[in-house]
Amino acid sequence: MKVILKDINLFHPAQNIDEKNTSVLLEDGKISKRGELSKDDIKDAKVFELKGKYVVPGFFDMHVHFREPGREDEETVISGSNSAANGGFTGVACMPNTEPAIDSAEIINFIKKQAKNHLVDVYPIAAATVGRKGKVLSPMAELGDAGAVAVSDDGVAIKSASILRRVLEYSKMYNIPVIEHCEDESLAGGAMNEGVNSTLLGLPPLPSVAEDLTVNRDILLAEYTGWKVHIAHISTKNAVRMVREAKQRGLNITAEATPHHFTLTDDLLKSYNTNLKMNPPLRTGKDVAEIIEGLKDGTIDCIASDHAPHSIEEKEQEFQNAPNGIIGLETEIGLTLSELYHKKILGLKEIVERLSVNPRKILNIPLPKFDLGETANFTILDLDLIWTVDATQFKSKSKNSPFDKRLLTGKSISTINNGKMFFEGEMITI
Amino acid sequence: MPLSNKHLLGLQGVSKEDINLILDTAKTFREVLERPIKKVPTLQGKTIVNLFYESSTRTRISFELAEKRLSADTVNFAVSTSSVNKGESLKDTIRNIEAMKIDMVVIRHSAAGTPLYLTKVCDASIINAGDGIHEHPTQALLDMYSIRERAGKLKGLKICIVGDIAHSRVALSNVFGLITMGAKVSVCGPATMIPRRIDELGVNVIHDIDEAIQENDILNVLRIQLERKAGANFPSLREYATYFGITQDRLERNRKDILILHPGPINRGIEISSEVADGSDQIILTQVTNGVAVRMAVLYLLGTQN
Repeated sequence: MKVILKDINLFHPAQNIDEKNTSVLLEDGKISKRGELSKDDIKDAKVFELKGKYVVPGFFDMHVHFREPGREDEETVISGSNSAANGGFTGVACMPNTEPAIDSAEIINFIKKQAKNHLVDVYPIAAATVGRKGKVLSPMAELGDAGAVAVSDDGVAIKSASILRRVLEYSKMYNIPVIEHCEDESLAGGAMNEGVNSTLLGLPPLPSVAEDLTVNRDILLAEYTGWKVHIAHISTKNAVRMVREAKQRGLNITAEATPHHFTLTDDLLKSYNTNLKMNPPLRTGKDVAEIIEGLKDGTIDCIASDHAPHSIEEKEQEFQNAPNGIIGLETEIGLTLSELYHKKILGLKEIVERLSVNPRKILNIPLPKFDLGETANFTILDLDLIWTVDATQFKSKSKNSPFDKRLLTGKSISTINNGKMFFEGEMITI
Repeated sequence: MPLSNKHLLGLQGVSKEDINLILDTAKTFREVLERPIKKVPTLQGKTIVNLFYESSTRTRISFELAEKRLSADTVNFAVSTSSVNKGESLKDTIRNIEAMKIDMVVIRHSAAGTPLYLTKVCDASIINAGDGIHEHPTQALLDMYSIRERAGKLKGLKICIVGDIAHSRVALSNVFGLITMGAKVSVCGPATMIPRRIDELGVNVIHDIDEAIQENDILNVLRIQLERKAGANFPSLREYATYFGITQDRLERNRKDILILHPGPINRGIEISSEVADGSDQIILTQVTNGVAVRMAVLYLLGTQN
């Protein structure tokens, strides 16, 4: 099938492509022509009039929870992938805290099988330790061969310094990155950030120093073992500073931040809305400011959602008892464009780096190219579209978003990958 | 003049006028409680559910008595005898109870914010009888009533709350209420039991009990919860009693004619010695009587709003 994306702006900073008001011809999902198109090209083609829209290399979210296997009522690999496509992502990496945990080649193969033939490429992240229990190393070589792109015990930090050391030494042999949820276990267990708001609300506090301590431990062990650590969902001022300093020292430390951590603060919790409960929790304005600074100066390499679906029944209970996590795939780009692009914190180039280039680089996944003959792997952005988030329209099976009804500027209007195109809520084979 | 809110979820944000209204109304009910027949028909025909998800003796009895003395119909719901043990969610429980046509719910729950949640899922007036370590507004109101009764005022008084502030809903409600009423509030306890950044609420933090006694007109001494393990939060009960316990000897050493409140139940010999607890200066049992009057006032003001 022939598809024409007409009058678009083609933007691929890593390839130095910045072509305004041009067109692209796709044939059977591959890029067959760029620039001026002939009558012959247009013949029999499905033409999408996309004046002023930006076509960028497909966005990649390196931190999602798809709940399969185990909680298919909350999300499956397919529903999560649909959510990603609708949100503007052509690739995701899914975390291993499923039931059972992704700690064997069989489960990696199962997830890959579920994800097969979808627009969205789903890359499993395997557990760093068996059952994410922090005691026994997972079979990392075999997991890597099966297709795991990283290891992590996400949900918790790798339990002890001694086990983390072994994980780093072992994963280094096979070039497998280690992703860490940084939280000191002995200080964990609170329901919200510790501060004046937790005192006011009487909720069990979770101090920011719990994150800082583990970030510090991880940086030092990455240095000691000569390997790398990727800090997931960084949320504190001190953690950002430590990562910045580690990078200046030339260590192999990378980090991601979520839209909620650069948008919201714990001041909002007085509503006791359980859709504002996540781990790490919402922090203070000072933390948010440092995260934005970190995104700006490159300390924070990527933006990731920590998309964490939960059923209504689970979230609709007492705040202390409700589970942590919110969904984010379908609001991530809107929030990034509203809060970072339109507020002139990041330009489009930096946004493409943080949402497309860097996450793939960290996970050793090839970056989509705009060369002729390549599979078209695109996210198409309307930078100025003003829209209202409507959770009922989400493709995710879950609706636990604190951003429902929020007005945003900028949206992904289409994704293209693997011979498929997602446009206006429909999946089309092209 | 009615209260400005349909519910009593806490004292944060409650106006001085509302607090005065409750305390003044409590005074008239306090007089009712001195009569031979301690019952008025004010809430006849109203139905109140006491929903206690956490064990409580005095608060539950106090509410129940207040309800009965106002002639309301009351239903008690305690966790051990309810369908909660069958796994029913809080939302379903409250919806079911509401379907039985009730007017007010008095709730005690171990999770902070639960009373606020109830206001969103049902139409009844909600009264917080203690939610987690958040608020316990009627306890603070009765403390304020008792102080006002004794000292004649609240404004300008120096009041120190002593004990495990971090795990106390009574402390937080007292802080909110007393500051609104113009009192100078401080808290005293081991640093491990003082919540972070409480000074930002306008509270002075003291770690020396002798200083607290010298600097204040009133001490509100909280119970040290024995179930809260010594060792992690403070070294031992013995060390606590030695360094923070209120004894006659300590009071005498520091001058002092000081009014001492205690919300009960008392751990004699730990936070307060028997001598002090039973001494002439204390108003601990009066507090309990006042508690009924204050709860009658709250129930009356919320129950007759429409």
